[in-house]
Amino acid sequence: MLIKKPADIPSSEITPKSTYVNRRKFITGAAATLGAALAGGYYLRNHLESDGTVHAGGIKLSGIVKSPFSTSEKPNSFQDITNYNNYYEFSTDKYEPNGLAKNFRTRPWTVAIDGMVKKPKKLDIDAILKLAPLEERIYRHRCVEGWSMVIPWVGFPLSALIKQAEPLPSAKFVTFQTVIAPDQMPNQTRNVLDWPYVEGLRMDEAMHLLTILAVGLYDEALPNVDGAPLRLVVPWKYGFKGIKAIVKISFTDSMPPTTWNKMAPDEYGFYSNVNPQKDHPRWSQASERRIGEFRKRPTLIFNGYADQVASLYSGMDLNKYY
Amino acid sequence: MKPPPEKFVRLLKLLVFLLCLGPACVLTWKGFHNLLGANPIDVITRTTGHWTLNFLLITLAVTPLRRITSMAWLIRFRRMIGLFAFFYGSLHLMTYVWLDKFFDVHEMLHDIAKRRFITAGMTAWVLMLPLALTSTAGWIRRLGGKRWRILHRLIYLSAAAGVIHFIWLVKADLRRPLTYGAILAALLIFRLIAWARARLRAHSAEIREPVGT
Repeated sequence: MLIKKPADIPSSEITPKSTYVNRRKFITGAAATLGAALAGGYYLRNHLESDGTVHAGGIKLSGIVKSPFSTSEKPNSFQDITNYNNYYEFSTDKYEPNGLAKNFRTRPWTVAIDGMVKKPKKLDIDAILKLAPLEERIYRHRCVEGWSMVIPWVGFPLSALIKQAEPLPSAKFVTFQTVIAPDQMPNQTRNVLDWPYVEGLRMDEAMHLLTILAVGLYDEALPNVDGAPLRLVVPWKYGFKGIKAIVKISFTDSMPPTTWNKMAPDEYGFYSNVNPQKDHPRWSQASERRIGEFRKRPTLIFNGYADQVASLYSGMDLNKYY
Repeated sequence: MKPPPEKFVRLLKLLVFLLCLGPACVLTWKGFHNLLGANPIDVITRTTGHWTLNFLLITLAVTPLRRITSMAWLIRFRRMIGLFAFFYGSLHLMTYVWLDKFFDVHEMLHDIAKRRFITAGMTAWVLMLPLALTSTAGWIRRLGGKRWRILHRLIYLSAAAGVIHFIWLVKADLRRPLTYGAILAALLIFRLIAWARARLRAHSAEIREPVGT
């Protein structure tokens, strides 16, 4: 836009020096301008972003079938999903893991299945990929930190793998372990968390049809930053339960100690089901910011999957077993 | 040490002023160009928070730097940098009030009462407020130099509350907040030593020249 200069400025309109050098006013003005600018910038960001983000292509996965469990909500962009997440093995920053995980080696890769099973085994990742038909599961993802996304995972029910191992009737819990690779995962050389990262599920949670092992995203092989080659996705729980780069799955009769739970038991329960009524000590869980949205939205009990999973916890005090 | 020419100091002040405005400009520019990543509000919150602490610590570094280098004229930058700490602190608070809580007073009060990191952060900002308000020459005159100096010691508490706010906020990996803590501790210990030495000097002077003789 071309702004025409007025023909003449009367001297009465020229701001006296004493005013324009007033530091306080300048700073107030700057604050107001910046505030307006930030709001404007954010508005633009939300309205200019296009849907299909172009990115260097990964390996296409074939034979993916749609799933009735997928949400019809609009998935977040590949760009946002791969550039905003927690992967403490690489960095405690949410923007850094993508770059740091670029050269992470996902082949060769074996997953050990042991503990209370009839058939303990070591499975090669490429065999795991053929274990069951790959499904697209578009799930809501709710982070314990109060943000959320919609993610089009590709994977298969964890139950398919569990059935192959034939757990003993005494097996009540499943434990998962992330790889230890300090040469590739910089934070594993420091005591950021108690490595290796360990997560766990109760057997019925693990066998539930919504619980998947993800091997892909947006029809492509799972990007390293999201936990390649194999990660857990439990959509009704906070995101940190979705352990990444799994190398070991064990079956036990007692509740396993899990990484964040050991670190701060009052902040991260073993169950960690999404629950807007149960506040995290440091922030409310009543609402969440969906990435790409300006206003916060209310958080739903079990992340909106109550119809499918609430029965798993009937009779349990969710405030006590959080 | 001989102070530099007035013209040089003025030019330097302008330069420092623009430099201090830099982080806010970069943030605004990135906002307009869609470069704040997936969660812009999170980036704005963090960036303004870090710069508040940065400017608080720079403000507190002015006096030790003056003493060590004997460049007394550095004092002329302190007020400006201190006001920038308040400026970034206010932006940080505004981000919380507006973009995080959408002016929901009830929820904010609940937050301040219940969540200790918010309590600490709010304390830090509230403690800065009287300092910013009384930063003018007029207020120094009205309060008198001595009372003004005592009042402005609140900055020690504000900076400490700010660092605690950061420590309590992190989930794991305390390296960055503890770095701030260590720098703050060093700056405060410098003052403690200076104060103890001054006391000692005054005391020995008293012994040599008893009052009344």
